[in-house]
Amino acid sequence: MEIPYTVKVRPDTGLINAKLGVWLFLASEVMLFGALFSSYILLRINAVEWPHHVLDVPLATVNTAVLISSSITMVMSWASLIMKDFKKYKLYMGTTILLGFVFLVIKFFEYSHHFETGEIPSKSTFFAVYFTMTGLHGLHVIGGMIVNSYFWGPGSKMWKTDPERFTNRIEVAGLYWHFVDLVWIFLFPVLYLL
Amino acid sequence: MEITHAEDIQKHVRVYVSVFVALLALTIITVTISYLNLSVVPAIIVALVIASVKGSLVASYFMHLISERKLIYAALILAAVFFLFLIFIPLLAMSDRIH
Repeated sequence: MEIPYTVKVRPDTGLINAKLGVWLFLASEVMLFGALFSSYILLRINAVEWPHHVLDVPLATVNTAVLISSSITMVMSWASLIMKDFKKYKLYMGTTILLGFVFLVIKFFEYSHHFETGEIPSKSTFFAVYFTMTGLHGLHVIGGMIVNSYFWGPGSKMWKTDPERFTNRIEVAGLYWHFVDLVWIFLFPVLYLL
Repeated sequence: MEITHAEDIQKHVRVYVSVFVALLALTIITVTISYLNLSVVPAIIVALVIASVKGSLVASYFMHLISERKLIYAALILAAVFFLFLIFIPLLAMSDRIH
């Protein structure tokens, strides 16, 4: 079956179907993370005490920079396709995946340090919230890396057969990846700085 | 966003780089402020304002929301309204406790 409106915009929405679909998915993601942020606010307001700067701020600052960098390489991979430069696309998309990996490695070191010092989710409300929110975010990073790796590897064959459709795919994959970056932009101050 | 010409994209790339630099700068600013030991309320306001500016930059430029179709705005406004419900209803419930 042919998927409709992958390149041509659908007249009534003015959009390609994939883009509208991903935006609706992201709206549902706002609700998913929204529920967690809402719980965080309630738990924190009612908490007797809330730790300040107990997490590794410098390491998380580096991780924030890593994720922001991966966002610009993602948008550059799409821009490279608009400029019909497939080699640059591969380079930028490869860098995006690599930066996602670096983010996870840093997160892994953070997590193992917490486990070693007994800072597990059952230790306090703060650590329960911290592991739930960063854990769900980490799963999103892994999901994005799987999709991006497919588009870097086997999925990139489409560039030869249907370049416009492939470019659109990278654009909507980018929407998701930037959303994951956006969630971290809020998680970072909420969990690490406040 | 309808970009089809390579010349248009060059301008966009310059914007992307500026946004990237702004995001890094704001990250450093928010981390520095967190070490100033402000009292809780101003600290939360400053951190959330900076995070919102960063989030808007990502959504507007990297996700092209600044030049997107109306239907997407409609979907996001709906999500934003429900998000506010989600945040405020539990808080309202808390202020009306049965003792």
